[in-house]
Amino acid sequence: MNEITIKVNGKSVSGPVEGRTLLVDFLRGAGLTGTHVGCDTSQCGACVVHVDGKAVKSCSIFAAEAEGAEVATIEGQANPDGSLNAIQQAFQDHHGLQCGFCTPGMVMSAAALLKENPRPSEHEIREYLEGNICRCTGYHNIVKAILAASGQDVSAIAAE
Amino acid sequence: MYAFDFERPATIDDALKALGAEDAQALGGGQTLIPTLKSRLASPSKLVSLTAIPELKGISTGDDGTLCIGAATTHAEVAAGAGAYPALAALAGNIGDPAVRNRGTIGGSLANNDPSACYPAAALASGATIVTNSRRIPADEFFDGMFTTALEEGEIIVEVHFPIPQAANYQKFEQPASRFALVGVFVARYPDGVRVAVTGAAEDGVFRWAEAEAALASDFSAGAIAGLDVPGNAMIGDLHGSPEYRAHLVKVMTGRAVKAAG
Ligand SMILES: Cc1cc2nc3c(=O)[nH]c(=O)nc-3n(C[C@H](O)[C@H](O)[C@H](O)COP(=O)(O)OP(=O)(O)OC[C@H]3O[C@@H](n4cnc5c(N)ncnc54)[C@H](O)[C@@H]3O)c2cc1C
Ligand code: FES
Ligand code: FES
Repeated sequence: MNEITIKVNGKSVSGPVEGRTLLVDFLRGAGLTGTHVGCDTSQCGACVVHVDGKAVKSCSIFAAEAEGAEVATIEGQANPDGSLNAIQQAFQDHHGLQCGFCTPGMVMSAAALLKENPRPSEHEIREYLEGNICRCTGYHNIVKAILAASGQDVSAIAAE
Repeated sequence: MYAFDFERPATIDDALKALGAEDAQALGGGQTLIPTLKSRLASPSKLVSLTAIPELKGISTGDDGTLCIGAATTHAEVAAGAGAYPALAALAGNIGDPAVRNRGTIGGSLANNDPSACYPAAALASGATIVTNSRRIPADEFFDGMFTTALEEGEIIVEVHFPIPQAANYQKFEQPASRFALVGVFVARYPDGVRVAVTGAAEDGVFRWAEAEAALASDFSAGAIAGLDVPGNAMIGDLHGSPEYRAHLVKVMTGRAVKAAG
């Protein structure tokens, strides 16, 4: 067991971990169950969080590797007053979720994308979400929500 | 996952010491090794993470003009930072998805030598040199069949040196579920000849297609390979494609790569 400290959504979280403890298990064990485990095989992206600002699959990194890092999860995404941030609000407005299981990972990937590329094209959004799988929506409304969150007109993307 | 000890050294020396323990294994980005551990296909006594070693990271130009990439440099960092070798940057930027590219490393990809991985094709087609903690291994001697390389127990890749070609291109025909290469072909033209490396296709992993290299050396055009027979290597056959299909794709992808390299 190693004792590690990770800054999660701005707050220090410490705890003992085994070498094999995955970051996602550390987070969920700390009560942050918004980060989901869909596949546990690095395929689905439901577990995406940011480590030092970069999107990573938290089922595919050991907690000990995030020692000292800044981690951002879905729980830290809302505005300080508790209202939904622009991406979250756009997912609601454009029906970018159905069951919601993939949504935390989708929102975290979208946030990483918009940080790198504030006005992505529809194609760039679809490419960026290659590692985020959704069983419900057919992706269209997710793409629409991200376009809207980046302040772009969504009327042009037809409902396919 | 079986239990193991975990170390995260800050220097190459400490990493080598830690790797001296019985059944210790290096951990790069973990994008291959962690799923392997989960399915209990590996059971190291100790994992030695290479991600906190500054000496293993970064991209620079060597005195001999080669592009030198640290083994623990991520795919995303190569995509953004290997502008001196655009075909290599493009290859790195198309591996997996953004989250995989933020963790996966060039050293891990080469050491793993997955028969469908992208980097082995780039290293072989570029005549790259794989620099380890103890020696320099030419790419032509590094890849030793599916998931096997010339690396010895406890030896780690430190850096990879890529001679920069006059023209190059990588064409990847994606297996639509995994997005690994069903067939990928990297073509690179140097003053002393053309190198063509094929991944995804053969049972023995990445290989050079000698007939195409000879044809392209005298005429660097897609037409030059039109008359060639498909390579005679034993090709992979699985639910994604038959051996004949893969052999055919090698020729198609080589033609596309030559055309795109210009
Ligand atoms: C969803 C998904 C999609 C992917 N798509 C692609 C793709 O399209 N193309 C592609 O090429 N790859 C793909 N990959 C694989 C990815 O590129 C991996 O990152 C890579 O193959 C392994 O690199 P790593 O740094 O993660 O190594 P790890 O998983 O940490 O290690 C792999 C092996 O290399 C050894 N190792 C690691 N670093 C070193 C070193 N410096 N010296 C010696 N040995 C070392 C380890 O001991 C282990 O045996 C994909 C992976 C995933 C999860
Ligand atoms: S749970 Fe991590 S990628 Fe699916
Ligand atoms: S909303 Fe159900 S998986 Fe995406």
